[in-house]
Amino acid sequence: MNKSISEIENEIIEEFSTLGDWLDKYEYIIELGKNLPLIEEAHKTDEYKVPGCQSRVWLKAFYKNGKVYYKADSDATITKGLISLLIRVLSGQTPEQIMNAKLEFIDKIGMREHLSSTRANGLVSMISEMKNHACLVNEECRKKRGLTDKKL
Amino acid sequence: MDIKKIREDFPILKREIRGHKLIYFDNAATTQKPLCVINAISEYYKRVNSNVHRGVHFLSDMATDSFEEARKTTKEFINASKAEEIIFVRGTTEGINLVASSFGEKFIKESDEIIISAMEHHSNIVPWQILCERKKAVLKIIPFNDKGEIIFDEFKNLLSGKTKIISLVHVSNSLGTVNPVKKIIDYAHSKNVPVLIDGAQSAQHFKIDVQELDCDFFVFSGHKIYGPTGIGILYGKEKWLEEMPPYQGGGEMIETVTFKKTTYNKLPYKFEAGTPDISGAIGLSEALKYLNRLGLANISEHEKQLLEYGTNKLMSIEGIKIFGTAKEKVSVFSFLLGNYHPYDVGVLLDKLGIALRTGTHCTIPVMDIFKIPGTVRASLCFYNTKEELDYLVENINRVKEILN
Repeated sequence: MNKSISEIENEIIEEFSTLGDWLDKYEYIIELGKNLPLIEEAHKTDEYKVPGCQSRVWLKAFYKNGKVYYKADSDATITKGLISLLIRVLSGQTPEQIMNAKLEFIDKIGMREHLSSTRANGLVSMISEMKNHACLVNEECRKKRGLTDKKL
Repeated sequence: MDIKKIREDFPILKREIRGHKLIYFDNAATTQKPLCVINAISEYYKRVNSNVHRGVHFLSDMATDSFEEARKTTKEFINASKAEEIIFVRGTTEGINLVASSFGEKFIKESDEIIISAMEHHSNIVPWQILCERKKAVLKIIPFNDKGEIIFDEFKNLLSGKTKIISLVHVSNSLGTVNPVKKIIDYAHSKNVPVLIDGAQSAQHFKIDVQELDCDFFVFSGHKIYGPTGIGILYGKEKWLEEMPPYQGGGEMIETVTFKKTTYNKLPYKFEAGTPDISGAIGLSEALKYLNRLGLANISEHEKQLLEYGTNKLMSIEGIKIFGTAKEKVSVFSFLLGNYHPYDVGVLLDKLGIALRTGTHCTIPVMDIFKIPGTVRASLCFYNTKEELDYLVENINRVKEILN
């Protein structure tokens, strides 16, 4: 049985609670970015680019046995770390769970500033793109919303 | 200049950010406001607030007088010959849009040419692209060299019998280059081509004399010159403004209205439709008076020292590359640190209390020419100090260690 979204969120909150100041947290995020499931070079195209980010971010989703999996990359290190956290939480979950995820851990680990609309890193865009993908890769959801599947 | 004393005029500079003293290095985006500007706006709303040019009552007269006084202060600040040549707009962007739209409507036709440079802010690109699309005109671009200096000979080659207007940035917001506008205006005028100067990044750094420059239009923003947001200035030579059709219709810009025909008001009101930003104009005028008291020559001198000191200091950092190394430059440092993304550097510097900007700075073509995703930009002004630059350099080194 896979861990649920909230179980993984709690794990992350736990990990961050052992870190001291902002510096430790950012160093950890930078470290996490290095283990990001990387998207293939061939998929680093405009088609897979997440809009609204100051750094470039590419995201691709797969659908397997009722679950959604993600791969991503970015040219900025901190962005990479943040997206790796999102992937850890959302990858391997069902489309429904992904679309309903509130992702409160971002606030709880002290990264709330990245959700602000003035932040050009587009964490908000990334989350909405991941949720969109979750629907796109699932035929039932796609049909329900009348979406096309050009990103598959 | 006694910078320590001058800093006392700016309440926000006393703020602490995340436990650090605020280092405000984002002055090219917007400058902070001295207390006299804040007070002038507050006093206006507390004691004067009324609509201008229409009431017969005491307060309306008072508001009108203050508003028109602000126009005169602006006229003197840039040494225009007449107050009628000063149009209040929302900012540089609106000023350029006004000229592109109205001048374009009257004077631009199919296959005419408009010249801008490769270092323009998007605000001095897009209005002309919209015009070119509307009129099937052609946009020509003056290139710059690797230091970020306009290539004058290329400009001369671009200027032709088809050129109807040149719109050029005075100081580049992303590179800091001060363009040789006088030389360009003189050459353009020898071919009878008018010139608009985008002064969004120049009027706050050194003295502007529109009569000496002989530019046909000059535009700048209030909030980048220590005044409030939402107000800006379009200066235009009377002969052009008289000939140009109105930009927007509404109250204030008309003489009479019937359903058959409307006649327009005289300058400058022809271009000021609707209730203007009265408090904004008053705040801006207060900011200009404040700069007059400090003296623009003193400001330029101090900022020049900051530029020299900062350039030397930054160049001592291993792996740093500064974009924009023109001989004539204002106190703007646009740089990249090794292969690190500017966003990473900016986020970490923010954590250390340093406010600066990262990204393309609304000049995507400039970044494309240098083939970079953007830069980290520290833009300084007269209230900044060498100690703040020391702090920046110290912390860039720290950020380098964190990212490594």
